[in-house]
Amino acid sequence: MRVLRVPCTGRIDYMMVLKALHKGADGVIVSGCHPNDCHYTSGNYHARRRWMVFKKMMEVMGVDMRRITFSWVSAAEGARWAQLVNEVTDQVRALGPYTEFRQVIGAGIE
Amino acid sequence: MSRIGVFTCHCGENIGATVDCVKVAEMCKDIPGVVHSVEYKYMCSDPGQRQMQEAIKEHKLDGVVVAACSPRMHEPTFRRAAGDAGINPYMCEMANLREHCSWVHEKGEATTQKAADLIRVLVEKVKHNEPLHPIKVPVTRTAMVIGGGVGGIQVALDIANGGHKVVLVEKSPSIGGHMSQLSETFPTLDCSQCILTPRMVEAAQHPNITLMTYSEVEKVDGFIGNFKVTVRKKARKLDEHLCTGCGLCIQKCPNKKISDEFNEGLGTRTAIYVPFPQAVPNKPVIDTLNCTYYKTGKCKVCEKMCPTNAIRFDQEDELVTLDIGAIVLATGFKLMKTDAFPEYGYGKHKDIIDGMQFERLASASGPTSGVMKRPSDGRSPETVVFIACSGSRDRAKGVPYCSKICCMYTAKHAMLYKHKVHSGKAYVFYMDIRAAGKDYDEFVRRAIEEDEVKYIRGRVSKIYEEDGKLIVMGADTLMGGEPVVIKADMVVLATAVQSNDRSEELAQTLHVSYDSYGFFAEAHPKLRPVETNTAGIFLAGACQAPRDIPETVAQASGAAAKVVGLFSNEELTREPIVAVVNRQAAPVYSTCVGCFICQGACPYQAIEQEEIMARSGEVIMTLARINPGLCQGCGTCVATCRTKAIDLQGFSNEQLYAELMTL
Amino acid sequence: MRIGYYPGCSLLGSSREFDESARAVLKALGVELVEVPDWNCCGASSAHILNHELSIALPARILALAEQAGISEILAPCAACSNRLLSAQQELEKHPELLPGIEKAIGMPYKGSVKIVNILEVLDRLKVLISVLTTAPFRKKVASYYGCLLVRPPRVVNFDRPEDPQSMDLLLKAVGATPVEWPFKTECCGAAFSVTRTDIVAKLSGKLVQDAVKRGADAIVVACPMCHSNLDLRRAEINEYLQKEYAVPAMFITQVVGLALGLDPKALGLHRHLVPVAFAETAGVQS
Repeated sequence: MRVLRVPCTGRIDYMMVLKALHKGADGVIVSGCHPNDCHYTSGNYHARRRWMVFKKMMEVMGVDMRRITFSWVSAAEGARWAQLVNEVTDQVRALGPYTEFRQVIGAGIE
Repeated sequence: MSRIGVFTCHCGENIGATVDCVKVAEMCKDIPGVVHSVEYKYMCSDPGQRQMQEAIKEHKLDGVVVAACSPRMHEPTFRRAAGDAGINPYMCEMANLREHCSWVHEKGEATTQKAADLIRVLVEKVKHNEPLHPIKVPVTRTAMVIGGGVGGIQVALDIANGGHKVVLVEKSPSIGGHMSQLSETFPTLDCSQCILTPRMVEAAQHPNITLMTYSEVEKVDGFIGNFKVTVRKKARKLDEHLCTGCGLCIQKCPNKKISDEFNEGLGTRTAIYVPFPQAVPNKPVIDTLNCTYYKTGKCKVCEKMCPTNAIRFDQEDELVTLDIGAIVLATGFKLMKTDAFPEYGYGKHKDIIDGMQFERLASASGPTSGVMKRPSDGRSPETVVFIACSGSRDRAKGVPYCSKICCMYTAKHAMLYKHKVHSGKAYVFYMDIRAAGKDYDEFVRRAIEEDEVKYIRGRVSKIYEEDGKLIVMGADTLMGGEPVVIKADMVVLATAVQSNDRSEELAQTLHVSYDSYGFFAEAHPKLRPVETNTAGIFLAGACQAPRDIPETVAQASGAAAKVVGLFSNEELTREPIVAVVNRQAAPVYSTCVGCFICQGACPYQAIEQEEIMARSGEVIMTLARINPGLCQGCGTCVATCRTKAIDLQGFSNEQLYAELMTL
Repeated sequence: MRIGYYPGCSLLGSSREFDESARAVLKALGVELVEVPDWNCCGASSAHILNHELSIALPARILALAEQAGISEILAPCAACSNRLLSAQQELEKHPELLPGIEKAIGMPYKGSVKIVNILEVLDRLKVLISVLTTAPFRKKVASYYGCLLVRPPRVVNFDRPEDPQSMDLLLKAVGATPVEWPFKTECCGAAFSVTRTDIVAKLSGKLVQDAVKRGADAIVVACPMCHSNLDLRRAEINEYLQKEYAVPAMFITQVVGLALGLDPKALGLHRHLVPVAFAETAGVQS
């Protein structure tokens, strides 16, 4: 588990998620403040909107969406965050290394 | 080539117990670009910081990674230290070995390896860091206070006494707000007008305060220290400079039967009026909806009577734009109307009144001159029932929150009634008595014990009228739910406190958040209670949540202190974590194509359109430009930009991808 | 308009005039009533106290039969019936796990596709037609009495304002009547104590009769068989309790509408009341 710090989910370019998988991550969590409780007023709404499109596209392209988890966890929910991380790491561990991703992206995006 | 220093902290046992910090420091020496790597027990301590500063000078470091706790904890500390040592503070980054590694993992080789990996990621980021400089914005040292009730007056006076200019905007013809309508105040029973009117006069006469009554905020542009506020000065239909406030026009106005808002509909006023005799300013306005001249084209009695020829029937609303540095919202509340309660007759019984109407009945300046007379027939009510929580704490029909002031004012009303009608009987139906506050519970006890007000714990299910009496059907839940029937002459509903009309509209104009009930949202419920999420806009009083007078005044002084603090600087310094649209030399200018999708995504209205002009003055292209004064650095625009023309300083694409590629 | 019809027991027994007048009025308004075949008791007043499953199964069978008969909307004029039908339907919606057991008990599938309406809802839809077809406006002062089951519990019936309902008043205005402003629209009449504790009925319904008369009502208008029997059948007990001879008639809303439409009072069952509807014969000519 490695944490990459961004100011707001709104800052997340989903290309980063793909890059992480490409670099060998077996799973990715995208997480930030709850909708309507955004530290930056409304950044997470934009993140969510893009996520819906991104998710559809990845499904079409054959990316295993069990590898990418999108979840709202506020800064006051330490226990919830720990639980989420444990669940996701357990799930990703059970899935094993994501070697198919390289096949999915074919020639690669490098 | 970068010269980066890595400083690994043991954080006492916090990191040192599970991570082999000595080994981590050794491993970091092999990271390309790292020229210096040491560990220390407490990096944040004075010797720790000094060690870092000396290393920066000695090894001519141009970037620093402190591997310690969360950046939330100590990023400012280490950046300041790095800055003091002569490098740009934003060349210092923190790797979070504590929360992200040592606290969540067991002691072991893998944990130590992970710690080194985390540092490696941050070293890669620092390599791509750019020196950043705090943004300076000028401050206009004039505050605007919206709302001229007791909260707004207090804010205005405190800021003005602090030596700064204040514009006090009030939508009604006079300042004073709800407090000027009250008869007496709890828990002291001192006369509301007597303590408020001197403040009103003081605000009006203060050299630093400009009153803008009968005015409303129409538009707000700009950002902290630099707002541009457009205020609509509604036409009073008279020349304020000529009017002396003699009141002759009011005396002679033939249209005298208009329902009086100040007396909550219990009295009447004329078409040209001042809301109440102690109004500030004491200049009348013409109610054009009810004025005979505006309805029929004839009358003009006031114009004929006016000794200074001040009446101006053709006066129009005026729009005034002001430069403002900070805004305080103090727009107050309204009470839920009695017609919201079907079980209490939908407001059709004249003798079922709300708390504010009772204040007017009890007030010496009210329609009955303070003599207890019930509205329907003017008789002195022998039995009065007060119902607390009418609409408050009622998920089914009203609002779920507690209106906070009702327990206290109901006790006060019952006492005032008993003081005026000695033989009368007063009953209070309540759910709980919430009398937390200095001398508050004692006050309620006094109502029960000394003034013999009968408190019945239970709700009222129905009120109906029979033979001129109001039959109040309730239950006494402390007597096992025993039904209680009281034949009352008057019923006072302590209706719920609600956000003021159009508060949501105003919140949208000012870009401040509000809750689902229209109350303005504070930046943090505990630690930033008078600030909004929008920098430079503050809150005072019941526009934020139900509040009583002492709380409102305390919060008003708090908001004023924030404004005075803001105005103590000539310039504002802001974190340079802001988004920037790239600019290049002609003829490219920028990779921005001017689609302005970013403009819709920005939560802060920070994105402007900039026209690139040729020497001829011809517009070549329109590009996005980010106002660094408004940008809060969320980066939503960066992710939205289709041509990657926007980047966020401190979290640039280059930095984030460099981190990712090191994972 | 074609609509399913579930009369229930009361409309065949103590409140035959409600059945007669509802059928007559709806026929006059061009509504075709399709009676649910082989209908059974809705379980009102006792089943839901004794056995939860039974209290759902009984109405569920009626609704299932209606589904089989191709009925999409069912009118249950009796307030207790419509209340039970709605309660069972909502219970099954909320707890689908009960469905297999219920289907087994009633021996047929249940889809829950039938919409349940009360008499006021149906008449309200036809209000414009009613006011157009009114030939003998009912120019009386009336006290509209809804009782408890039509508007409560609001979560279940989701009909009108539970504290101060208006639909019957508006309907009565449409046929020329003047509803009096009175506070007892939804007060208790004594309901099922009609048989067992007439003393309680006398007291509770007595309050209603007394107040309605005090406020000048010429008639009390109801839409529930239970209300009607308490106000009409138990008038002797009421009058004895109040020590006064109250002659104000209690009428079903369908009877009032029927009179306004110029229907034969006999077809509306007005002669069946114990408290004579004294003005019934002349209502037509009074206008």
